[in-house]
This record gives sequence, structure tokens and C-alpha cells, in this order.
Amino acid sequence: MTELLALIVAKYNFWLYIILMMIGLYAMIAKNNLMKKLVGMNIFQTAIILFYVSIGYKHGATLPIIQGDHGGHGTHGGVIHAAEYINPLPHVLMLTAIVVSVATFGVAMALCVRVYRRYQTLEEDELRIRLSEK
Amino acid sequence: MNHMPAILVLAPLSGAFFSGLAAWIKPWLSFYIALAATCLSGVAAICVLGDVMAAGTVQYRMAGWAPPMGIELRIDPLNAMVLVLISAIAFLNLVASARSVDREIPDRAPSFYVMYQLFVVGLLGVSATGDLFNLYVLIEITSLTSYTMIALGEEGRSHLAALNYIFIGVIGASFYLLGVGYLYITTGSLNMQDVAVILQQIPGSSSAVLTAFVLCILGVWIKMALFPLHVWLPNAYAFAPVGFARVVAPLMTKVMVYVMVRLMVTVFGLEYVFNTLHLADIVVWLGVIAILAGAFMALFQTDLRKMLTYIIVCEIGYMVGGAWLGNTLGMAGAILHILNDALMTFALFLALGNIVYVRKQVAFSNLQGLFAAMPWTMAGLVLAALSIIGVPPTCGFFSKWYLVLGAFEAGAYHFAAALIISSLVCAVLFFKVFEICFFGPMATSHGHHDHGGGVMTEAPVSMLVPLGLVSTAIVAAGVYAGTIVNTLILPFLQ
Amino acid sequence: MESIISYKPLLAVLIPVLVIPVLMSSARRPNVREAWVFAAGFIMFALVVSMTPVILAGHRIELTLFRLMPGADIAFRVDGLGMLFALVASSLYIVTSLYSIGYMRGLKEHGQTRFVSFFALAIASTIGAAFSANLVTLYLFYEMLSLATYPLVAHHEDATSRISARRYLTFILGTSIGLVLPAMIYCYHVTGTLEFSTSGIFAGQLSKPGATVLVLMFVFGFAKAGVMPFHSWLPAAMVAPTPVSALLHAVAVVKVGVFSIVRVLTGIFGVDLLGAFHLGTLVMVIASITILVSSCIALSQDELKRRLAFSTISQLSYIIFGVAMLSSMGQLGGVIHILMHAFGKITLFFCAGAIFVATGKKYISQMKGLGRQMPVTFAAFFIGSLGVIGLPPTGGFYSKWHLISGTLEAGQTVFMVVLLLSSFLNACYFLPIVFQGFFGKPDDAPVNAPVTVREANLCLVVPLAITALASMALFFFPQMFVDLIVLGLNL
Repeated sequence: MTELLALIVAKYNFWLYIILMMIGLYAMIAKNNLMKKLVGMNIFQTAIILFYVSIGYKHGATLPIIQGDHGGHGTHGGVIHAAEYINPLPHVLMLTAIVVSVATFGVAMALCVRVYRRYQTLEEDELRIRLSEK
Repeated sequence: MNHMPAILVLAPLSGAFFSGLAAWIKPWLSFYIALAATCLSGVAAICVLGDVMAAGTVQYRMAGWAPPMGIELRIDPLNAMVLVLISAIAFLNLVASARSVDREIPDRAPSFYVMYQLFVVGLLGVSATGDLFNLYVLIEITSLTSYTMIALGEEGRSHLAALNYIFIGVIGASFYLLGVGYLYITTGSLNMQDVAVILQQIPGSSSAVLTAFVLCILGVWIKMALFPLHVWLPNAYAFAPVGFARVVAPLMTKVMVYVMVRLMVTVFGLEYVFNTLHLADIVVWLGVIAILAGAFMALFQTDLRKMLTYIIVCEIGYMVGGAWLGNTLGMAGAILHILNDALMTFALFLALGNIVYVRKQVAFSNLQGLFAAMPWTMAGLVLAALSIIGVPPTCGFFSKWYLVLGAFEAGAYHFAAALIISSLVCAVLFFKVFEICFFGPMATSHGHHDHGGGVMTEAPVSMLVPLGLVSTAIVAAGVYAGTIVNTLILPFLQ
Repeated sequence: MESIISYKPLLAVLIPVLVIPVLMSSARRPNVREAWVFAAGFIMFALVVSMTPVILAGHRIELTLFRLMPGADIAFRVDGLGMLFALVASSLYIVTSLYSIGYMRGLKEHGQTRFVSFFALAIASTIGAAFSANLVTLYLFYEMLSLATYPLVAHHEDATSRISARRYLTFILGTSIGLVLPAMIYCYHVTGTLEFSTSGIFAGQLSKPGATVLVLMFVFGFAKAGVMPFHSWLPAAMVAPTPVSALLHAVAVVKVGVFSIVRVLTGIFGVDLLGAFHLGTLVMVIASITILVSSCIALSQDELKRRLAFSTISQLSYIIFGVAMLSSMGQLGGVIHILMHAFGKITLFFCAGAIFVATGKKYISQMKGLGRQMPVTFAAFFIGSLGVIGLPPTGGFYSKWHLISGTLEAGQTVFMVVLLLSSFLNACYFLPIVFQGFFGKPDDAPVNAPVTVREANLCLVVPLAITALASMALFFFPQMFVDLIVLGLNL
């Protein structure tokens, strides 16, 4: 039991993101309202972004900004110890992923607006009825 | 340094930009810019193919940054072939769309061309890139543009279809992204070659690598509409405007199959996939089910367009099952089928587009007397259908040949049986349609009725020429299948 | 024995295909169109004939078109067997073209251009099948033939044609894709080649159950050979115009089916393997069932073309029967029956069509006394039926003789009885037609009214006279064809 607890505590970031992902997935599948599904989708994507950011973290490391030639933490005449800085690459990758997520959300919202304009509802079950009537 | 690979991917990007600008000047200009951009891409793709066949793998560093830090485009025989295919189909589809786009989306044609070129950029990038995260970004570019273009179709239905596609597509792409994240954790690199080398050092029992593999493959499967993850496809392709359906149906799912092959062969390595993991048998069964489900669902359709989309689901089963058979023949068959299925599906949708142009609706009841009214279109449709059924000398027969041979060699008789059964079901499907088209309204008189009717209402020449070219390509790809396999596919698999 | 590389086989196949656009463009000028049909037919026949001396000298003509995989190219190889079949098909194409002009114009049929175009495509596929060097190429032309003949069967475009054409395609495509394709690929998987060779391609890689399954898949898979139970497409296809029934379902389509089975039995399995596993006897039993059952069904048919259809089904199995005997006599008899039956049967179909054009009658019961009105036609019918029954002075006697001698030689009395019984049945369903035609009293005319001789038009009568005379000529001059078969099958 204690090993399991230790395991959870050690990898809490993974557990957190799994829970977030499942919330998002649940919302996408189970919710009836299209906007709620969209929000779920956003939560889902955000969970993954959080996961990526968390993997760059190192204990006792600082922000990955190098200050000048001499001075600053851990520089000895131009050599930089990577262990002193958290990994910036996942952050950079996630900037792109955030953009993608925002763009997708925007497109999806625009579609929701059109759907609402056409069918006057955003509830899936009502939409299904409307579609089968046509 | 030879900049052809960059031109190849970026030409439609600048074309999109200029098309957008040109919309303010003269709307028809955007079409011609798009045409020029895809033509340029095509030429560049052929040059790159020539380079690859002469000198081997081409590696291009974007902005000169060396991998694994920089992003590189890595083109070997496999994706050289896919790149030529994408640009050729994109170009021919534009030619065919000249008239149909004006009819279907009269007020927003320039936006169609802008989105179209961005879509093509996405596809070309997916096929050319050698970086895993870059691949994700380009997959998302492809997906985003396809969401918007699907929504240009029929009001209401296409929006809902696009929304459903967004939900499932995002799940798929996100799974892939997660998989890449795990790969990054274990290897520290995002470059495909680099990751492949580092993965050799990692013991096969690593659960992180397993998770990465499963997540990546699952994501790609969702994107390629492998049964039962295919639910987004029929509605999305059926309600999209024809000009777009014509280019997305042959390309999108096939490019995702290419991604799967790339992951299996280059990144994780066939050793790992088949010897360390024991998933191959299950996946072949999945392929079998996909084939049969797609074929039988197509059988129950009463609309030509929906029927064709279910056939796509069936064909994906061929490729996934074939790739996972575990022998060279199966993988070669699957790769050859990427080429062949793209050609066949493109021909089918071109013919479909012509029929929609003339007759507006393609429910079966609307297809009577087509052989007399549209003989050239029907000739193309017949040839494409024969290729799907698997009649020589069309290309469909030859990829089936490799797949069945691979199945026999791997002892996967269920896969071979599924291939044969689906051929028979497709024969029934298409001949049902041909009967309706050939015989016209059910004649009440017995014997020689007057054949004075049959006014020819063919589609315009700009829509017939691409169909003719693709039909020729179907036969050429068939009889030269041996050459294609020996010069492009087998060297890749060595 | 040398192999000569030549483009003639390819040309012979391409000529009918290349003439199709010309035919389609001369749709409005029927005489020009027919002239082109004849031109193509004669050139093709000349090409085929020009290759004959080479083959008779014991050589072969080869041409590889496309390389697919080792041992499975798209290639032509002309040997004695293929030559025989090609001669039959190309010569009868010319005769049938003349006949179809008379028929289609006599009945003022629609869609004649479509008809001649697909006819040409069908003949090209037949010649291609005859010259195939391996099983893949044969399969290719087999499928091409199925597809090319569909519009011909469905020509009349009415409800019956629709159903019959559907049945035609279901049986033929269904069996070829469902049975032949997997069997063919399995053979390639086991041996790595599909080239026809005189001793078969298997080198001990097959067990008896495996070989049995494969043989059965091929025999039933090539449904064009009409082996029961996959035979019902043949009578159904009789809704097509008679020239189609004549050439295709008496000569080309069905003979391609039988030819394919002969090629597979002799070139893929080989006489030794079949003998070792007693598969020859199995195939003979299957063939015998078809022979007897279809002869019985033929007796019950009143529509002339359907009776001829069932007769064809029966006769085709003679060919399979002969080859499955695995002896020189039997194989010679079986294969030469391709030739003899073709000429005999086509005469019979020509007569049926001539009767329909001249009088509109399709049923045998209506044809009493018609012989006095159409003596040339009924005389030809008589000769044709002699050819099919197997009586002198027609060529059919030659093949029957060899078949029966073969069974006697091997001591297979049961099979000999089958052959004699079926010959008797043949006589029972053909001779009465002739007898009633000449000596019967027509139901609809007064008894002693004078009968005027009113044959169908010349374009119909000349071909049937030619084929009837040819049937007789083959009795006296079969030698060249025998040589071709002996060379082709290494007897």
C-alpha cells in the first residue's frame, strides 16, 4: 500500500493529467450540449499541454534564461550546465500546441454558431431529431 | 543546396497567401494562383523523386539548422512516391474543380482555394517531414483546413459532420501528441532518425516505449478511420463539397497510413513491432473486421456517395492488415495499396463529381440511363470500380496479389479470405450500380424498344480530362506494379 | 525446339481492340463499320495463320510484356494448344461477323455499334487467353472476356436481359474471384511460378488433400466451362442475340473456360501429379455427371436455343473428360473436340438464328415441316447435329472415336458407357428436330398446301453453309490440328 502511495505521490503530475484528460473525454462523449463538448475538448487538450510542460521540470533548476557572458548562476566562462535549467523545449513545443488548440476551438465555435443559427438549438438529442425530420 | 524539398512543401503556402490577397482584386485570380502553386509543387515532387532514385535518401535542413535540433525534411523512396501522388492529385483535382466550385460555393470560391492550398501544404508536409513534432503540427494543419472545408458544404448537415469530425479528430491528434511526449521522455529527441537510433539502446520491455507506440498508433488509426474508429468519415465526406471530397478521400486517410508505416518501419523499427510486441495477430484481425464491416456497410447504402465512403473504410482495412502481417510481401502490398487506392478513390470521386455536376443528387434512383448520358464519365467509373474489385490489369488486382501472397506466407488465411470476400462484395456493389445506370428505367416492354433516347449530357472537358488521366494511371500502375515495387518499395524496406 | 520472340501475338490481340474507336466513329455509316470489322477479322486471322508454320515445325513464339514478379509476368507464349484455339476463334469470328450483319439488320436491332465494339473486345480477349504464357495472363484475359461480354448478353435491355445478365456475371465473376484467384495465388505461394510447363509446376510440394482442393477450385472456378452446378448462366445467357450465343457461348466464352481448365490440368498440375493422386478419375466423374444430367435436361427443353445451350454444357464436359483421362488418346480426343464441337455447334446456332429471322419461331414444337421451307438451313442443322452427336462424315466422329478408344484402352468401361449413353441422348434430342422439320406436318398450315422455299437472307445462310461444310471437311483433313495438339501437349 505504501509503495502504491509513494508511486502516486512521485508521479503526481501524470495522475493529474490523466484525471484531467478523463474529465475532458467524459465531457466530449457524455454531455449533450455542443458547447460543453467543446469545453471538454479544450480540457482534454490542456491536460496534454500540462503533461508536456511538467516533463521539463527538474528539481532545483531555474528558469531557462541565460544572463550575459559572465555571472548568473552556474556559468563558468561560457559553459552552461543543463541540469541547472529546466528544459525549455517542451514549453516551446507547447506554444505551438496551444496555438493549434485555440485555432481548433475557434473553428469549432464558429461551427457551433452556424449550427445554432440554423437549428436554434445546441442540444445533441434535439439536433438528431431535427436532422431525421429533414 | 538543392532547395526542391522546401519549394515542394512551401509553394502552396505562398500560393495560399497570394490567393487570399488576389481575392480582393479579382476572384478568379485565386484559382489560377492555386493552380500554379500546385503545379510548381508537382514539378518539385518529380525532381525530388528523381533525386531520390538516383542518389538515395534526400535530407533537407529547414533554415540550415542541423538535426536533431533543427527540423529536417527526409525523403526516401517511400515518401517520394507519396509526395508525387499528393501533388499530382491536388493539381488534377483543381483542374476538375474549376467549374464545380463555382457552382457549389458561388460566393466563397477564393476562400476555398486558400484553404485548399493550406490543406495541400499540410499533406505534403506530413509526408516529407523527418521530425515527430513537426508531423503533429502538420497533421493539425491538414485537419483544421479539412474541418473548415467540410463545413463549406450543405448548410447544417455539413457543419454537424465537421463538428463530429473535430471531436474525434482532436482525440486522435492528441493521442499522437501524447505518444510523441512519451518518446521525448525516453529518448530526448524528436527527430525520427535520431529517435530510431536511441530506441535501439532501450530494452524492449520498457513500458514507456510501449505506451508511446500504442498512443501514436491509436492516434493515427483514428485519423485514418480504421473500423471502429471510422464513425466520422462517412458523414464528413458525404456532406463536404464535392471539390473537397474529391481530394480528401484519396489522400487524407492514405497519408495517415503512410504515417503508420513510417512509425512502424523507421521510428520504432520492424524488429520491435513484430518481435517484441505481440500485437500483430490482433491487428490483422482488426484489419479483417474493418474490411468486412466496410464492405457490408457499403452494401446497405442507397446513395452513391455514402457507398464510396464506406469502401474507403474497407480499403483502409486492407492496408492496416497488410502492414501488420509481418512479412515483406504484406508490407509491400500495403504500401503499393497506398498508391493504388489513392488513384482508384480519386478516379471514383472524380466520376462522382461529374455525375453530381450534371445530376445534382446521386441517390441510386437518380442514376438511371447514365451509360448513355455520360459515357466517358461512366467509362472512368467502370475502370475505377474494376480496380476496386480487383480485376487485372488494373492496379487494384496487383496490390491484392501482394497482400494475399503475404497473407498466405504469414499463414493469415482469415485475412486472405477477407480480401476475397470483399472483392466479391464490391463486385456486387458496383454491378448493382452499373445495372441501374445501364438499363435505365425498368422497361415494361419485352424486346427491342426504341433506342432513340440517350441524349449525351456529359460533364465539361475540364472535368473529363483529369478522369481520363487518372484512369490511364490506374492501368499503368497496374502493369508496372512490378517496376514500382522493385524500384521504390523494396529498396525502402531493405 | 527454339523460342522465337515476335510481336505477332500482341498484334493479333491488339488489332480488334484498336479497331474499336474506328468502329465507334463510323456509327452512322453502317457499311463502312462492317467493312472495318471484316478488315480487322481478316488481318487477325492472317496473323494467326502466319504463325502456324513456326508452331508446326516444333518451335514456340514468345513475348513478355510486363514483368510483375518472377514467374508471374504478363507474357504470351504460342504453342500448339494455343494455336489451335486461336485458329478456331479467329476463323469463326469472320464467319460470325458476316452472320451478325444479316441477323442484326434483318431484325433491325438497336445499338449495333456497341454490339460490334464489344464483340471485337471479346474476340481480342479470347485470342489473348489462347496465347497466354502463364496463369496470371490467362486470368487477366479471362476476366476481360467476362466484362466484355456483359453488354452483349444484356443487349436487349429489357427485364429478362437484366436478370440473365446479372446471373451471368454472378456465376462467372463470383467463381473466378472466389475460387480461381485464391487458388492461383496459393499455387504461386507454394511454387514461386505460374508458367505453364509440360510436367506441371509442382515439385512434390502438394499433398493429396491440398491437390484435390486446388483441382476442384480450378475446375469449378472456371465457370465458363459450364461444369455443374455452375452452369445455369449458359441457358440464361441465351436471351442475347443469336450471333452472341453462336460465337461466344458456343465458341469463345465457353471454350476459354474449357481451355483454361485444360491448361491448368496439363500445364500447372501435370499428368503425373494428377495420376499419382487419382485426380484424373475424380475430374472424369464430375465431367460425367455434367454430361449425363445436361443431356437429360436438354431433352426436356422446347426452346431451341435452350436445348442447344444444354447440349453445349454437355459437350464441354467431354473436353474436360478427355483431358482428365490422362492418356494420349483421351487428351487428343478431348482437345480436338474443342475444334470439332466449335464448328458443329456454331452451325446449329446459326440455323436457330436463321429460323428466327425468317419465321420468328423459337420453339421446336413450332418447327414441324419447316425443313421443306428452309432446306439449306435444315440440311446444315443435320450436319451440325451429326458433328455434335459424333457420327461420320463429320469431324465430331474423330473426337468421339478417340474418347471412346481412350476409355477402352484404360479399361474404364463405366466411362465408356457414359460416353455411349450420352451420344444416344444427343441423337434423341437432335435428330427428331431434323426429322420433324423435313417430314412433319406444320400445325398452322393446311396439309397439302404448296410450300415455297424461303430461306433467311444470304448473309445468314452463307455462314451456316460454310461452317457445316467445314465440319465435314474436318473429318477428312484433321491432320494439321492433330499435329498442333501433339506438339502442344507433348503427347
